[in-house]
Amino acid sequence: MLIKKPNEIPSSEITPKSSYLSRRSFITGAFTAGAALAGGAYLRNADFSAGEPATVEAASEKLNGIVKSKFSTTEKQTSFQDITNYNNYYEFSTDKYAPAGLSKNFRTRPWTVAVDGMVKKPQTIDIDSIMKLAPLEERIYRLRCVEGWSMVIPWVGFPLSVLINKAEPLPSAKFVAFQTILAPKEMPGQRDHVLQWPYVEGLRMDEAMHPLAILCVGLYGKVLPNVDGAPVRIVVPWKYGFKSIKAIVKVSFTDKMPPTTWNISAPNEYGFYSNVNPTKDHPRWSQATERRIGDGIFAPKRKTLMFNGYGDQVASLYTGMDLQKNF
Amino acid sequence: MKAIPAKLLRTLKVLVFFLCLGPLSVLTWKAFHQLLGANPVDVITRSTGKWTLVFLLLTLAVTPVRRLLRMPWLIRFRRMLGLYAFFYGTLHLMTYVWLDQFFDLHSMLHDIAKRKFITAGMTAFALMVPLAFTSTSGWIRRMGGKRWQKLHRLIYFSAAAGVVHFLWLVKADRSRPIAYGSVLVALLLFRVAGWLLARARAPRTSSGITPPVLTRPAANSGDSQI
Repeated sequence: MLIKKPNEIPSSEITPKSSYLSRRSFITGAFTAGAALAGGAYLRNADFSAGEPATVEAASEKLNGIVKSKFSTTEKQTSFQDITNYNNYYEFSTDKYAPAGLSKNFRTRPWTVAVDGMVKKPQTIDIDSIMKLAPLEERIYRLRCVEGWSMVIPWVGFPLSVLINKAEPLPSAKFVAFQTILAPKEMPGQRDHVLQWPYVEGLRMDEAMHPLAILCVGLYGKVLPNVDGAPVRIVVPWKYGFKSIKAIVKVSFTDKMPPTTWNISAPNEYGFYSNVNPTKDHPRWSQATERRIGDGIFAPKRKTLMFNGYGDQVASLYTGMDLQKNF
Repeated sequence: MKAIPAKLLRTLKVLVFFLCLGPLSVLTWKAFHQLLGANPVDVITRSTGKWTLVFLLLTLAVTPVRRLLRMPWLIRFRRMLGLYAFFYGTLHLMTYVWLDQFFDLHSMLHDIAKRKFITAGMTAFALMVPLAFTSTSGWIRRMGGKRWQKLHRLIYFSAAAGVVHFLWLVKADRSRPIAYGSVLVALLLFRVAGWLLARARAPRTSSGITPPVLTRPAANSGDSQI
């Protein structure tokens, strides 16, 4: 565990971008810099969590020319602090508070993504070229974790379809398979056999081509922090968070439903589709409600929406399918 | 048998009492200073759950430790540790009832019936209730030592249900529940070993069956049961 005292962290590194600076986040920044321990009645985004001092991502490079998107929600965004200090990234740790510190020295350069399988143009693309494939858009999406918590995250990226079209998939390609890097030296979690490594995920072709599915390279207007899947991940907002695979090194086109890591681990708990569905319980917990990170201890949980609230856009992908069976 | 002065024992008891409040104090302090991270309810749930298990195991460790270290007076701490297990268990349950379910009885009943890990957790807690209730000296007298002790063997099942509860709730990383489970198994094996040993030593009865001789700390140490 990397331990860092709160007063070592300049406020400039943790304060959300000024354009989204709300009163609360302003207080957060000021307090964290000055007297994190003093606390305040409304200050909740401080520097400790679960008894272990958390680390905050170093200030990363600002991304230029980001355009807004009609797909963005106007809901209150989760703080940069919470997004970068609380998440599941089993490649680093099974503890949600630990990846922030453990991913600090993860190397995202050099980095290439291999695109292969049933495509006309198999290729290996460098990450810096990927970032220039299309204009970067800000996509403020709800994220619903299968564990029953949620966030609102201002991702930066572009439609996944851009990358797919570049490879020119053959008509026979029905699915896209994704693979995370295998780097046990840098990813301590991969030294434990909690899951099968490398992490793999997959989407049906029409899901991957959907305008809501993005290839993501940034967060809060900056380069994607390591803890959130740098240098490149996908974000599929109508599915549970684990479908949005991080640190991608390979994208393959296939005619068979590809294996997916959590499905391999527990097939009765995690299906291939894993669409957010409040009517389909996880065997061990209800999916009817969710706790929005940042709502506070005494705030009641929110009702989870079908397809995480993106039903208008994506429900048609699943017409005629039994979503209780195809969970 | 070795004993320690009554005055020292009293001091130690007060000390242990406040020490056991430590986890709650830390949690409360952090909550008031907004230091519980992104998901405070999750932290409170996990922390109170962890300490319930820890105190259950500490309670179960009293007998083995006092025997192995020949410190019979340790029995004087067992009730307090057991009640602290119940105390943290109650906090753990309240976190669920209040902060997770917001007193939605229907949803909770559904949860208890449907979710294996909640069924196990509720079982673990329910088994602790009669033990906490009958923990006073008055109840030991009223029930009689043997019957009281028989009832209080429910703690084995409560602790086992607690470990199962933990094991069933984790997603993939089972290392921690397995660690707690191993300690529990070791503590229970100590009792099995004691029972077998006592059986081997006991004189054979005409039927060839020896009644199990139970390890009764109070009877052979001259110390009070609690």
